[in-house]
Amino acid sequence: MTINFEIPEFIQQQTQMIKWVAESTMRTVARDLDEREHERPTAFVETMWPIVRDQQASALAKLHGTTTEPTEKRERPSTRVLGLMLLIEMLSWGDAGIYLCLPNPSLAGAAIESVGTTEQKMRLLQRFAEGDKPVWGGMAITEPGAGSDNSSMSTTAVFNEETNEWVLNGEKIFITNGKLALEESNGLVIVWATVNKAAGRAGIKSFVVEAGTPGVSIGKVEIKHGIRASDTVSIVFNDARIPADNILGSAEVQASKESKGFQGAMATFDASRPLVAASALGIGRASIEFVKEKLAEHGVTIPYNLPYHKLTAIQRDVLEMEAQWQAVYLLTLRAVVMIDQKQPNSLEASMCKAKAGKAITFITQKAVELLGPMGYTREWLVEKWMRDGKINGIYEGTDQINTLIVARRILGYSRHELA
Amino acid sequence: MVSFTPTDDQQLLVETINRYALNDLRKHAHDADESGATPANVIQAGWQMGLVPSAIPEELGGLGELSAVTGVLAAEALAFGDLSATLEIMTPALVAYPVALYGTAEQRESLLPLFLEEKAPRVSAALLEPGVFFDPHNLQATISEDGLLNGVKAYVPLAEGASHLLVYASSAHNEQIEAYIVPGDAPGVVIEKRELLMGIKALPTYRVRFNDVRVDAAARLGGAVGIDYQRLLDRMNVALAALAVGVARASFEYARDYAKQRVQFGKPIAQNQAIAFMLAEMAIDIDSARLMTWEAAVKLDAGQDATRESYLARQFADQMVLKACDHGVQILGGYGFIREYPAERWLRNGRGFPSFTGLAMV
Repeated sequence: MTINFEIPEFIQQQTQMIKWVAESTMRTVARDLDEREHERPTAFVETMWPIVRDQQASALAKLHGTTTEPTEKRERPSTRVLGLMLLIEMLSWGDAGIYLCLPNPSLAGAAIESVGTTEQKMRLLQRFAEGDKPVWGGMAITEPGAGSDNSSMSTTAVFNEETNEWVLNGEKIFITNGKLALEESNGLVIVWATVNKAAGRAGIKSFVVEAGTPGVSIGKVEIKHGIRASDTVSIVFNDARIPADNILGSAEVQASKESKGFQGAMATFDASRPLVAASALGIGRASIEFVKEKLAEHGVTIPYNLPYHKLTAIQRDVLEMEAQWQAVYLLTLRAVVMIDQKQPNSLEASMCKAKAGKAITFITQKAVELLGPMGYTREWLVEKWMRDGKINGIYEGTDQINTLIVARRILGYSRHELA
Repeated sequence: MVSFTPTDDQQLLVETINRYALNDLRKHAHDADESGATPANVIQAGWQMGLVPSAIPEELGGLGELSAVTGVLAAEALAFGDLSATLEIMTPALVAYPVALYGTAEQRESLLPLFLEEKAPRVSAALLEPGVFFDPHNLQATISEDGLLNGVKAYVPLAEGASHLLVYASSAHNEQIEAYIVPGDAPGVVIEKRELLMGIKALPTYRVRFNDVRVDAAARLGGAVGIDYQRLLDRMNVALAALAVGVARASFEYARDYAKQRVQFGKPIAQNQAIAFMLAEMAIDIDSARLMTWEAAVKLDAGQDATRESYLARQFADQMVLKACDHGVQILGGYGFIREYPAERWLRNGRGFPSFTGLAMV
């Protein structure tokens, strides 16, 4: 091995193709979709669905053992998540809100991939691998009274032995693509619920709720600060009945102090957090590129060899934006490569996510400031990037929660020792 | 292929340095800082690890392994032990690397064998100049058309008794920065009193005056072709960023361990978020700076343009190390302020990084 940062050629080519998608189907409608919240990015969805679908189909073919991929390709080290990181970065460079409308299994896919049985993967993910109509997946964890402390959730799942079904009751909020998954496509949402409130974390399990399930309804569609092209909804479960084998992981409540099931569910964050950081990187790069372009029009360029006293305040700010971006890029790269290499990356995932949230906030807020009165207008996209960027420090664990996780890891503390 | 794993040889080297840094450098750091000198046998042991000799080209008897990546890995590991001693051990590189990279055949053959000796050659380089507005691209030291070197240099490490000084100066005729190999005892070279600095106190540095020092064309590094000065600055930026990571990590690990054993209000202070979050931010920014340093070093080794990456890594690391060392003192509270403990020394050393241009190179 040797230290190397070079992105494989085929991923660079994929990224270039995605740049075209971003320019032609995202940047062109970014402002309109922000102004007309909740409208759908049709051209983007139609362009991306066949690509995503075919990738999913080839992943499932591998699972079936019917893959037609050459052995050589199958045996080389995985770059799946690295490719995903750069895909998300480029799509978010196009538009972060529209990127979230990408028709794919999303976080539901990550959960099913990491916790589901082979049977569940094949049964539940097939819908993302076929057909002309796009399909979405979503993840429902947060509740009105349970945010970062998701172990205190109160949505319940009770097993009905007569009908061999789980019965869900409760309300989940802040579900990205919940409406697209359950009302506008034949998708699914992963729902976290407790099978035994007294058991605390050990009682929390995740369930797959499919479109068309009786007793499931979309509640509020949120009106947001940013990522307005993406729908964020609440879902109400009123005696919602789902098949017995739609539970992910074991149904048993383990007596041990740390439940394996809950940890398994939490492990999906290790995969999803670097991808949120990737999205932040895309918005950050868009902002930095735009700022530099506008400054250049006014004769201000950014030097990389001057001493501090020869830099203007604006140059210092831009250099700091670039350095912060580079730090997040490399932390994120490390976290995703660890996933591809099947190494535990909980610390590194939280590191890149915590840094990304703060950096993107700094970068985009600076961008608006540096461009003066024009930066603040809705004629340009920088003000939108600032609003879009802010979410990256909030969802998939706030910056504070991720900093707490980093702190626990480096100190070797449990959540009891460092609360 | 993206990878964060050093080669086996590099890992072995780092393990060796880690032991030396803890058992030798760290052990002597306090007394060296107070007395103003690291014991010669400690420096000699560092020299014998062979970092500089291995970078000398094979045809001259070295291993031909001048690698910026190996350099940053070694720099971080050494600086974790002690910054003053590290800079002293690495001072010969300030001459060896530019000569290896840009020297003419004659310059390489006459100078590079010096670096294969059992003992480090006493040589140094003079880049920094006194003054608030130092700019490496606008040196006040000049070389006149008829070969006279004039100017004042600062922070010249180990200048006293040096056989050769590599002096950077502005050329009168083409407004470029050039480097000249000047004998330490050339007429007109005045080594002034040892400088008094806030930190790196075990490293002897000097202000050096050049009064109409006559240098001939053969002394011009690289001959008619000269040097790629920006590339050398890149190598300095990367080296300093790596050293900053080492110092910051020393401060971080010490503060982390202290915070876990220091009990107040009935529990270790690390169990307070106010302390734990400082440590978490230190850890994140140390890793960030290290990765930026590695990225720039990889580009240098690949022969790619690395100016932007080196500059950003240095800028980030300069700020990071100050914050990490300040947090280190803060977490130790009163003990952080006492010279018996290392935290305040790291803060004094850490503050210097923006001013250390020219003191290290990979």
